[in-house]
Order: sequence, then structure tokens, then C-alpha cells
Amino acid sequence: MFDTLTDKLNAVFKKLSGKGKLSEADVDAALREVRLALLEADVNFKVVKDLLARVRVRAVGEEVMRSLSPAQTVIKIVNDELIATLGEPAKIDLSGEPPHVVMLIGLQGAGKTTAAAKLALQLRKHQQKPLLVAADTRRPAAIQQLQTLGKQIDIPVHSEPNTVPPPTICANAVKRASDGAYSVVLLDTAGRLHIDDDLMRELEEVKQKTHPQEVLLVVDAMTGQEAVRVADEFHKRVGLTGLILTKVDGDARGGAALSVRSVTGVPIKYLGTGEKTDALEPFFPDRLASRILGMGDVLTLIEKAQETINQEQAQKAAEKLLKAQFNFEDFLEQLQAIKKMGPLSQLLGMVPGLNQISKELPADVTDQQMKRIEAIINSMTRQERQFPEVLNGSRRKRIALGSGTSVQEVNQLMSQFKQMQRMMQQIKSGKTRGMFPGIPGLGI
Amino acid sequence: MFNFLKRKEQVKEGLTKTRTSFLTKLTSLVAKNDVNEEFWSGLEETLIGADVGVETTMALVDKLRGRADKERVRQAAQVQEMLKEELLAILRIQNSDFGISNVTPQVILVVGVNGSGKTTSIGKLTKYLKAQDKKVTLAAGDTFRAAAIDQLKIWGQRVGVDVVAHQPGADPGAVAYDAWQAANARHADYLIVDTAGRLQTKINLMKELEKIGRVIKKCDATAPHETLLVLDAVTGQNGLQQAREFKKATPLTGLILTKLDGTAKGGIVFAIAKELQVPIQYIGTGEGIDDFAEFDAQDFVDGLFA
Repeated sequence: MFDTLTDKLNAVFKKLSGKGKLSEADVDAALREVRLALLEADVNFKVVKDLLARVRVRAVGEEVMRSLSPAQTVIKIVNDELIATLGEPAKIDLSGEPPHVVMLIGLQGAGKTTAAAKLALQLRKHQQKPLLVAADTRRPAAIQQLQTLGKQIDIPVHSEPNTVPPPTICANAVKRASDGAYSVVLLDTAGRLHIDDDLMRELEEVKQKTHPQEVLLVVDAMTGQEAVRVADEFHKRVGLTGLILTKVDGDARGGAALSVRSVTGVPIKYLGTGEKTDALEPFFPDRLASRILGMGDVLTLIEKAQETINQEQAQKAAEKLLKAQFNFEDFLEQLQAIKKMGPLSQLLGMVPGLNQISKELPADVTDQQMKRIEAIINSMTRQERQFPEVLNGSRRKRIALGSGTSVQEVNQLMSQFKQMQRMMQQIKSGKTRGMFPGIPGLGI
Repeated sequence: MFNFLKRKEQVKEGLTKTRTSFLTKLTSLVAKNDVNEEFWSGLEETLIGADVGVETTMALVDKLRGRADKERVRQAAQVQEMLKEELLAILRIQNSDFGISNVTPQVILVVGVNGSGKTTSIGKLTKYLKAQDKKVTLAAGDTFRAAAIDQLKIWGQRVGVDVVAHQPGADPGAVAYDAWQAANARHADYLIVDTAGRLQTKINLMKELEKIGRVIKKCDATAPHETLLVLDAVTGQNGLQQAREFKKATPLTGLILTKLDGTAKGGIVFAIAKELQVPIQYIGTGEGIDDFAEFDAQDFVDGLFA
């Protein structure tokens, strides 16, 4: 998507010969494309309007920096403005006397219960003693759901029969926390519509009875234009202190985060990135901005890579990649490093070019398949790994036999490998290079 | 019959909220009754605000502009009528063969992303079918999410139908297989298979879905007779991507559009209908067991403008 946005902007600017300052006409033409990109990302149209008005003021008359093209200059301003709107990341507030009450609220299906369990686990890692509270008495088996999750992560769950009103359950839980030396009480409330007056009143009552330090709105990253109204209503009625954006591991661009943030002004505190209970990540505005613009989450990937790949090794591999001297030994090394970084499907989505390329490649490079690839490479001799061109028919047959795979699979790997080398050539010579100059760890 | 009418009223009530918000913007535009640039950009905003999406909106507005020019329409109210026609035309997709083949049990596979409302929709659909004197069996195919099996069992109890379930973590294909055997032995008219929520980007989980389809085919080569994608009306542009990917994994015969009792308009269904030719079959309009109805394109579009 970023490629297309850049391409579109480049096309816009190609017609304009004038260099130096961006004229009003230049900027307007460019912003039309940016507007479409933001709307595609589900940013509310009113929020887009305000944002672009601010960008316009900054962009008109702006000197085009020598190192950037006019298109990049506009993108940079848009990106800066997005980052500013998304605001600083904030930690959960646990100041003062425990127990600290944290209330999770939101629409049905936003992911409150899962988020509550993840948050509890995260807080325990930070030496807190959390108590989960099953305050959703409406949805069938919601209480069991939290109990099951609590058992999985070994964190106690306070629950009462679903005939007890939720405000009472929550108040009882806070009392139990004070007595039982729990430091944090996480209230998992029922999903509700922002226009359901009775249920919104119930939330007000829970708040009154438990004095939460944090009221977090749980928002699905796939939410569309209505995010604005939903957040506004919850904020007006209950008073939010922060946001959790869930299902970020999907491919929604997450423009809703920008909408919600700009109507409520409260900080985004966490991102939910998977179904496992440890898939809760801190929020970084620059990364989310890139994602909304469609640039992929390059930075997250880089950071993950840095954590797991030895810097020098990475540098070496990257250099080899770019020279297309990359062989199966390096490939294996990379595979092993990647495996440490997390599920491959998640990683691929973070790289802008790869996002599309991975779709064109035989799509199912899954973790399961990675194991098979590893087995194939492990069945090669050193010479074969270093000089893949020696792999003739009989060698391939031997490798297939040795790795418990088929010759077809070996062939497939060969062609994928070649494609990868070609791709790296493209990155080296192509337009993608200017996109992330000087990223440490990749050596490009 | 009376019950049906009552339900229709409830559905209309649900749609009223959708209607009012869509209406206010458009009314003020139409009230001015001038087909000028302001009107067009207002129309564009109204559609985009309803999650119809940039591409579909642009195509619609372009088409309307063309028609307005050609037919020399100068009144905004007339353009609005034209818009209604166009929207309706997009939604009019040939209905799938739901219920036409007389094999029993008719197998309905229910799929969707996490939190879209699959299990609740199944509860309501079951009640809906039971009200037509159909015998229904449910398969608890969401063996992954905590307590999902319990949730379906509670719905089964409420409606009074059998639920076939395995342990949490069991293979959903095996659950579907056993459930089909049970449904067949009990001469059920319908077998509805619940599945775990999955984001369309999770390749392994999408493969699992394909597998469930293959396993059901072992029981009955013509099954599943219906595969319904459950879509939350609050979903934005990602809804199209969801429909695309789910359709790749398992041929979709329709959508259930849920949570229409909120203020969200579910406009992404226009893009889905247009690109993928997947019709909306049912809508969900609340948490109650009867907040459910067959989709009526005319009602839906009328609801947006009435």
C-alpha cells in the first residue's frame, strides 16, 4: 500500500517540474491521494479533514529537502502529524495505595476478556498481584471463559452467580482484594452498545462503587467510521483514561485508533497482537502511524530482529543478501533467527514490500513449512549449502530422502530461494531502498 | 405469522438508529435541493461515513453524476432516489440455493473473525429454524477459545436442541464429523457447525477451515450446503479483506451482518456484494434470541433513507 501511495504521489509530482518549495497546487494534489489512503485505513472522515488541514498549513511553502523527493517530503509531514495525533505512549497508572482498580469496557466482541487475561499476566510479570473479576453476567459462558483463562495463567478470578448485579460483584471483588492483599483488580465488564442507556448507566455505577484508577476502552483494530461515535459516547458517560487496541495481528490498517484517540484525547496503552495470553505489546506511535499510512511495521520488525539476531551476523547476512551471494547456510541461520522472533506470518506482515511479495510467493510459508525447509537444508552437504548450483537431480533425490520430504518440495525450496535472491536484487537496485535508509541491523 | 410481523418490527426498530444518523446528513443536503459540488461532496462523505469505502463510493458518485447529467436531473431528491436504486442493484444478488436441495441434514458452516458474533448468531438462527418446525443439531466446532463450547451449549439449552461437543482443544474436523453422524441418526433437518474465530491473516487457521470443509464432505459430498460469514456491522474496510480470504478458504454462500442495533451502518457489505457476489442472508439486531431476521435488501436500503 505504501508503495502505491508513494507511486501515486510520485506520479502527482512528476507533472510538476518546479523544485524547491511546495506550491499550494502541489500540496493539494498530493493531499487528495493521502486522503484516500487514510480513508481506506478507516480513519474517520472528519478526523481526516482536520488532519489534512493541519498538514496543508505545514506543507505549503515547505522547502523540499535535498535528500527527499517532493512525495517523500509530503509523506514525512503527514507521518509527523499522524504521530503527533496518536500521542505519546503511556503506562498503566498504578500510583498510590493498592489495590488499584482497572476497568475494561467496550462493544461486544472487542476482546475485553482476552485483554483482561493478557493484562493480568503482564502485570504479574511486573511484580503485581492481580485479581481478575468476571463482571460480564450477560453473555452465556462469559464467566467460564474468564475462569478458564485465569486457570491457564494461574491468576485467581473473582466470580459470583450471574444473578448478582455487576456493580455489586465489582464492589465485592475490590473488598476481597483489600483483604487478600491483591494489588490490582481487573474488572472484565460485559460488552455493550454505546447507545444502550441502561447498560451505560450500569457502567457508571460500577465506576462509582469501585473508583477505578484506569478505565480502558477496548477497541477492535478493524472498527470502521463509527469508532468516533462509540469512543465519544463511552468517554462522555464513563470517562476514559486510556485505550487498548485489539486484533492488531490482523491486516486491518487500524485507522480507528487515530479516530478514537483524536476524539477522546486519552492515550493508547496497549496493543493486542494475538490469541495467546502473552500477546500484549506496548504501543509506539511511529509504528502505528506507518501502519495506518500502509508502510508496514518495519520498526517493530527491526527491533525484534535486533533482540534475537546478533548485530554483526545480521550485518553480514544483509551484505550478502544485497550482493546476492546469499547461500543456504545463511538461509538456515536466518531461519533459526526468525524462529526465535515469533510466528512467521506475523513477521511477514510487518515488512512493507514483503507484505505483497509474500502473497505472490507460494503463500503458505507457514511455521510448519519452515520446519520442513530446515530439514531439507540440514540434509545438504556443506558444499551444497554454499554453492546451491551444484544441486542436480540425484543430489535432490538424496536430500528429499534424507529429510523425509519429496523432490518436489526440494525443488520448490530451490525456486523460492532463487526468487528471494532476485527480490533482494530488486531491493538493492529498486525504489524500496529509499524507504528505510540506514536502518541499523539490516545494513541497508 | 404474528411472530414474524413482530420480529419485523423489532428489526425496523433496530434499523431506526442506523436510519436517523444516515438520514440527518442526507436530509440537510437534499433539503437544499441543489445538485452542486457541495451536494456531491456531501453525498460522498455520507457514503464514506457509512463505511461504504472509497472505491465503491467513488464508483457510485461517478455513476450518479453521469446519470444526473444524461437524464438532466437538477433536484437533489431525485438524485437520492437514483442512489437508492443503485445501492439496491448492488445488493440484488441471485440468492443462493439455501434449502433448495433436499438432502438432510442441511449442513451450515458458520465462520468469521474473532468477536464478530458467530455463536450468538447460531443461537438465534437455530431458534429461527426451530420456529419453522425444523429439527436442528449443533456442532461445537470452536474448541479453541476458552468456554466457547459452554457458550454454545447454553444456547442449545435455551432453544432446546442437541449440541455435539468434544473436549476443549479437540480437532474441530472430528467434532463436525461426529456431529454429522449424530444429526443424521436423529434425522435432523439442519446441522449448524460453529467454528473458532480466526483472523483471515492466520494461514494455519484458514487451512484448518478448509480441512473442516473436507471432513464434512466425507459425510456428505454435497455439504456444507451453506457457509455463512459472520460480519460485525461496525467493521470498516477490513471487512472486504475478510470476505475475500474466507471465500478463498471455503466458498461462501452468504453473510450474517450482526450488531445492526448499534449506530454502525455496515456499508462495507456493498463492497463485498459488488466484488465477491456474496449476498447478505440474515441480520442480527440485538442480544435477544429473537433479534434476528432474514435480510431484505429493500428494507435495508429503505431503512437508510426512510
